[in-house]
Amino acid sequence: MSDEHMSPHDPDAPESTPSAGALVARDGGHAAAHHADPIADPGLGEHTWRPTDVDPKAEKRAERQVAAMFALSMVCVLLFLVAYFTLDVGDDWTTFAGLGASTLALGVTLGMALLLIGLGIIHWARKLMADVEMTEMRHPAASPEEDRAGTIAALNAGLDESGIGRRPLVRNTLLGSVAFLGLPAVVLLRDLGPLPGDKLAHTIWEKGMRVVRDVVGTPIKVTDMEIGDLVNAAPEAMFPSEENGYPELHGAEEQAEKAKGAVIVVRMEPENIIPVEGREDWSIDGIICYSKICTHVGCPISLYERTTHHVLCPCHQSTFDLADGAKVVFGPAARPLPQLPLSVDDEGYLVAQDDFYEPIGASYWEREKESRQP
Amino acid sequence: MSTDARLDTSKVARTNGSTPATASKPNRAGSLANWADERLGLGTAMKKNLRKVFPDHWSFMLGEIALWSFVVLLLTGVFLTLWYNPSMGHITYEGSYDQLRGVGMSEAMASTLHLSFDVRGGLLMRQMHHWAAMIFIASMLVHLLRVYFTGAHRKPRELNWVIGCLLLLLGTLEGFTGYSLPDDLLSGTGIRAADGFLKATPVAGSYMSFFLFGGEFPGESVIPRLYIVHVLLIPGLLLGLIAAHMMLLVYHKHTQWPGPGRTEQNVVGFPMLPVYAAKAGGFFFIVFGVVAIMGGLLTINPVWKFGPYDPTKVTAGSQPDWYMGWPDGLLRIMPGWESVIFGYTISWNVMVPILIVPPLMLVILMLLPFIEGWITGDKREHHLLQRPRNAPTRTAVMVALMTFYGLAWAAGGNDIIAIKLESDINNITYFMRVAIFLGPLLAFWITRRWCISLQRHDNETLLHGYETGIIMRDPQGGYSERHAPIDGRRAYTLTARDRDHVLTAGEDTDEAGVAKPNSRTERVRAKLSAWAFGHNVQKPTAAELEAAHHHESHEAELQSGLDHPAEGRAMDDHQLRTVDEAPLRER
Ligand code: HEM
Ligand code: FES
Repeated sequence: MSDEHMSPHDPDAPESTPSAGALVARDGGHAAAHHADPIADPGLGEHTWRPTDVDPKAEKRAERQVAAMFALSMVCVLLFLVAYFTLDVGDDWTTFAGLGASTLALGVTLGMALLLIGLGIIHWARKLMADVEMTEMRHPAASPEEDRAGTIAALNAGLDESGIGRRPLVRNTLLGSVAFLGLPAVVLLRDLGPLPGDKLAHTIWEKGMRVVRDVVGTPIKVTDMEIGDLVNAAPEAMFPSEENGYPELHGAEEQAEKAKGAVIVVRMEPENIIPVEGREDWSIDGIICYSKICTHVGCPISLYERTTHHVLCPCHQSTFDLADGAKVVFGPAARPLPQLPLSVDDEGYLVAQDDFYEPIGASYWEREKESRQP
Repeated sequence: MSTDARLDTSKVARTNGSTPATASKPNRAGSLANWADERLGLGTAMKKNLRKVFPDHWSFMLGEIALWSFVVLLLTGVFLTLWYNPSMGHITYEGSYDQLRGVGMSEAMASTLHLSFDVRGGLLMRQMHHWAAMIFIASMLVHLLRVYFTGAHRKPRELNWVIGCLLLLLGTLEGFTGYSLPDDLLSGTGIRAADGFLKATPVAGSYMSFFLFGGEFPGESVIPRLYIVHVLLIPGLLLGLIAAHMMLLVYHKHTQWPGPGRTEQNVVGFPMLPVYAAKAGGFFFIVFGVVAIMGGLLTINPVWKFGPYDPTKVTAGSQPDWYMGWPDGLLRIMPGWESVIFGYTISWNVMVPILIVPPLMLVILMLLPFIEGWITGDKREHHLLQRPRNAPTRTAVMVALMTFYGLAWAAGGNDIIAIKLESDINNITYFMRVAIFLGPLLAFWITRRWCISLQRHDNETLLHGYETGIIMRDPQGGYSERHAPIDGRRAYTLTARDRDHVLTAGEDTDEAGVAKPNSRTERVRAKLSAWAFGHNVQKPTAAELEAAHHHESHEAELQSGLDHPAEGRAMDDHQLRTVDEAPLRER
């Protein structure tokens, strides 16, 4: 940079301080390694006057322009008020280019009102306010040496008088007691929520619970499903009725069970299914059921490609092969989708043989410990 | 008044007993200032600051955009709080938007719909709030790049750099908590992913999840909790940090570009009152106005199209707000690694892209000024900015980081890219897995080379003038371009930079001239210094300039005496010099 030793000081500087010299002195050691600039600093150039500085007509014109912008801003505010009181919100929310007339008009008038004030002020500053550049001297960020020494002396005196150095017993017990206050602070947060217990390991599925369509809650007959079909399904307990006798679920509990219980049921040619050891009797005539919740970070899986039997998670594109134990064929998920063992009840509807044998959804630390063996 | 002229009563009335309370009769602004000063005593501080000088350059506006969009966020956010209801209680929507009438949803979602369709200006404010959030974070990012590329992070401004990084982090978190609030399908998907991230934390994961959600996901607590974080906790922290950022800015005074009359010891520009205050204040209205127009014209986050959150549903092409895109991209291209050790699961596939790399990147970002300061061993204050080309290694480091960010961000849209390019998503993912490592290295190498050749070009301009565009033809038919010397002020500006100083081991000595003890780290430092600065092109010395100019005027003289143009290289001394005397490139 322009060398510290030879910077010309502007004689017109409003404020010129000796402390700039201190800066030079303090880093003199390093600066010595630098050569002089090859070219001398020509100094600030001549000031060029603007038309508005020298021509009263230009000045008047600029003044009128600024005032006009402020006045137009007021007009925009009036238009804003008109729009507010005349245009409806609600029903006509797509009046104009897919936007509500009200939103559009309010936004544009408010925006223009603000913009015109801003442009007016800046125009004023650029055309009419003095534009002579000024020079101000910098000071080193550090405080002057004597202030620093004084502060350190004061600090030492204070510490000395407190005796904190001489009385380690007092000091250490104080530190200990303050550190201990962290415990209440942490413990007080304990009731933020219940402990997980084994909640993550279980869903509402149980032996004999019907597999029902997820929006309407109707049970699924084996004969209803064609080869290649995929049905988004839910546990019947999510649709309690007098008939099925499941208890009403409310609020958080209902949402949590809904979030865990969602499944997909697909039917494919039975010979296409690559059997997984121990799960030979978990599917019915090529009808097979998996958790809908991605084992990556828990998005519901959605896109099914019937020819390959792959399902794709839309969140990060993990792909699972439903014909091959729902193992991961692509993407960041690490584990297959948990499989729900199926059977058929007396009326020919799909039911669960049992709950999932492993926790559904995203992995967690103690997950493996909470899995059961079929 | 026709009172007795010998009795001067005015003095009596204006004295408070010891000193005269007022001197001369002040004007209106002055008397107000007096009134305030007698109570607050701010006169001393104001005396220095009212006419404080701020240098002018378009790139100094980037930080201002961030500041003003934050103010817009505060204003529009407070408006939203008047109707928004942070409750996960279940109700049936009965408002104006008929497609969702009769649908069950949380009160949070219903109140967002109410704001959008039944409150005049409500949708405008929601959209302004969201646009301002995007502008806030985008302008912070660009401002950060400006600071780094121009070397404004160097001593004494390292701490302000760190504060800036924290602001970026907090702004991102604030944005995430914000777009989670409407409790629509998209935001619920984001919250569920966040639950997956928490669960991937070793040992405490499931506990953290249960504590955040007040039980099992989704629970009924998370929206009220995110709400208070969004409207109180993070804005409070942001406000404090922004205040500290501004105070340090005023204390250090703004950096400036080098040029005639601008040195390390001064600051040249316009006074705070009136010009800078007017420009900055006017700019606030401009940012506010632009956000209002965007809010009126550009739909953003149309939650009514996504519908209420349902844990069994998801929209295709689910994507977070853009500033969360790069960790999302890392998450997508990470291979599905998970290990089970002693029966406990470690999910590398989530931990690496979410819990390890982003915090690591933030730490690296915050350490950049300190790493650079250590390698250069430079303890001086720096107030003159550098052109990116004049710090090739630094510029290349940031371009490498940007490339990493950009690739990760693009990976976050791998599904969209696949559709647009009609390519296989698997191939794009495999490509990204490699590119995320090679891309930044390549970017580093190219940028550094590029900077160095730009430096060389500057030296050419200084020594031989600029290319005039006038082509000269010699009798043999060879062509050459005529160069003309550049203007002295521009030449000065080009040379107004430091020579790089490559440290050698053992050079750093203490005051007594004794080599510092830990010579092992010194050797590492010397190596790094040579690697970082050894290739840079230094500005010409006075002697080199002198020689070049002498040569040029000589050539002009010769040519002026000729009745035909000089042959291409006939007049210069290239054939007289060997490569050793005049190397083609420096070092
Ligand atoms: C840096 C600051 C902030 C950022 C980045 C930010 C970001 C966001 C975003 C992206 C949304 C979603 C908007 C939507 O599309 O619905 C939001 C919602 C909201 N924000 Fe902020 N915000 C900030 C500050 C504030 C402040 C200071 C307040 C209030 C004091 C506030 C109150 C709200 C409210 C009530 C909502 C929910 C409204 C709704 O979604 O309908 N925000 N915020
Ligand atoms: S949540 Fe399914 S891939 Fe990430």
